[in-house]
Amino acid sequence: MEALLAVAIGILYAASLYLMLRRSVVKLILGLSLFGHASNLLILTSGKLLKGRPPLIGDDAHALFGEPAVDYADPIPPALILTAIVIGFAILAFSAVLVKRTVQEVGTDDMDQMNNTDLEAAS
Amino acid sequence: MNALLMAPVLIPIFTAMLCIALWKWRYAQRCVSIVGAFALLGASASLLISIDTMPELNGVFATQLGGWEAPFGITFVADRFAAIMVTLAGLVGACTVVYSVGAIDKKRESAGYHALVQALLASVCGAFLTGDIFNMYVWFEIMLMSSFVLLTLGGERGQLEGALKYVALNLLSSSIFLAGIGLLYGLTGTLNMADLSVKLAALNETDTKVVSALSLLFMVGFGIKAATFPFFFWLPASYHTPPSVISALFGGLLTKVGVYALVRTFTLLFVGNYAFTHTLFLWIAGFTMLAGVLGAIAQKDVRRILSFTIVSHIGNMIMGLGIFGVAMHRASITTGVESEVLRGAGLFALAGTVFYALHHIVVKTNVFFITGIIEKMRGTTQLAKLGGLYHQRPFLSSLFFISAMSLAGIPVLSGFWSKLTLVRAGLQAETYAIVGVSLGVSVLTMYILTRIWAQAFWAPIPEDDPEQGGVARDNENREPNPRGFAWMMSPVVVLTGLTLALGLGASHTFALTMRAAEQLAGNESYISTVLGAPEPDPRRLVEFHDPIESELHAQIDDHLESGGH
Repeated sequence: MEALLAVAIGILYAASLYLMLRRSVVKLILGLSLFGHASNLLILTSGKLLKGRPPLIGDDAHALFGEPAVDYADPIPPALILTAIVIGFAILAFSAVLVKRTVQEVGTDDMDQMNNTDLEAAS
Repeated sequence: MNALLMAPVLIPIFTAMLCIALWKWRYAQRCVSIVGAFALLGASASLLISIDTMPELNGVFATQLGGWEAPFGITFVADRFAAIMVTLAGLVGACTVVYSVGAIDKKRESAGYHALVQALLASVCGAFLTGDIFNMYVWFEIMLMSSFVLLTLGGERGQLEGALKYVALNLLSSSIFLAGIGLLYGLTGTLNMADLSVKLAALNETDTKVVSALSLLFMVGFGIKAATFPFFFWLPASYHTPPSVISALFGGLLTKVGVYALVRTFTLLFVGNYAFTHTLFLWIAGFTMLAGVLGAIAQKDVRRILSFTIVSHIGNMIMGLGIFGVAMHRASITTGVESEVLRGAGLFALAGTVFYALHHIVVKTNVFFITGIIEKMRGTTQLAKLGGLYHQRPFLSSLFFISAMSLAGIPVLSGFWSKLTLVRAGLQAETYAIVGVSLGVSVLTMYILTRIWAQAFWAPIPEDDPEQGGVARDNENREPNPRGFAWMMSPVVVLTGLTLALGLGASHTFALTMRAAEQLAGNESYISTVLGAPEPDPRRLVEFHDPIESELHAQIDDHLESGGH
């Protein structure tokens, strides 16, 4: 399962970088959102992947860490991902509006045309 | 003390909420914002004073939110470095709010400007004070969100284009930071920074390469936010587009949050492989300084020049971090006096970084403020269209002169002492190349600032009407009304006075930064304050017996024994 997810994360990162390097701003934003998804999956995978275990430590457990190892699903990675998803959603919403306003104002969605702030004349 | 530690975060959050509640009353928002900002300044300054002077605190204070003990809950912790940075955030916040009374236009003020500034201050203070790496990510995101909106507030074409680059690169950096946190958690099973420091030190013995590779994710993530060499392009593309007061707030505070995060993680967490990570920092620092200063030379607009010089000054701060690591590495492979000298150099370098950040926040905010006043007067900040400012406003010009010379590092002013500390540390640690680069860059910075001085202040007003080609940002208000001018001047006077005070009282400033550096290099007080007494070995928990249960067991044993007879 880890191997499969590792490949999936790799594909997501690759796809997001490809999208970001395109000239269209819409693709840039899509790429950034994919990049966030890949990071979230990475967090999920780097916590332990255990199937069907409760995120609870039973009464009979003697220790949280160390021997004997307690077989419980760690609730922290999903909690982190949940936070990251909420933040990511808010920022994606903002970016979508920003892209819309920018395209309206500049009149193009080509990143190469948006170099006014780097040029001397436009200041 | 608990309340004092939380105040720098809570005060601006409540002020922001109050500002939103008073949405329709612009003047009420303004008053609330000013009161809130000064309350923040007072709270953060008293935090710094009590952390620095109360002997029983040992220079660090931590609180566990919600009563959850250290590695499990979220910890807030202030050591001297964090307290210094929070105080500066309070100072910049107060100055910005006062300045914006005269500087910000009605449209922006009605669109929630004050609430956004307060939210930004809350998130910056939160990022400085948190002791939990994921919590730091959350504060970073709040900071980004409020800075996005502040940057685009007003919706001019240049702002939108600049903001797009700023948003894209900063989102990328957040995602990289997040991926780093995920892998760090997978590796260690904890998010508390003090706990991470202990666990990573143990892990570093066996898996040096894994930890070093992981540290690169943080180096890139924070490097983008701090605008270091290969990642700085978003800064000069966006910082000159919003109104000057917002540029001043950003230029003073935001990149320094990236620097703070780099210093924190690379003195507390990733300290196992100095030879690799911190040598890399020296390279990054050298190229950052050069790229910033060369970019600045090519520019012809005051605000663009200042944006580029931010980049080169960030290089100076990173240089201190690099020298610290390299000196510590060399100290570990040498013995005796030489090792002690190198350790001393490392401390000096860190003190230099803290001093530089302190000086830079004050001075950079100030020069952006002054540029804002110039823009208000002339409607442009292009060098070719400026001139005769000294003749028109000699007092303002001399304030700019003091700040600019401090930025360039002229003796007696604060910039000189911070550079001197860094250079001395570099020479002691025998990192001559980076010292050479730093000194060369100082000369070029000097050239750039004298060029601004000569062209904008001393040269006569150009023949053609300066207002002809300039794109005025506020057409309705070219010659500032006297009251607005006074609001804008007062923070400039205060900040210039502070630059002088920091430089003239350099021994006090240096002693404070040295105490902060000792804490950063030592780490023991930070870790023991957060985690409490030395952490019990987890295996000991297995042997833990409930007293009642033990009593029961003893009775049963007794019973069995007596029954056996």
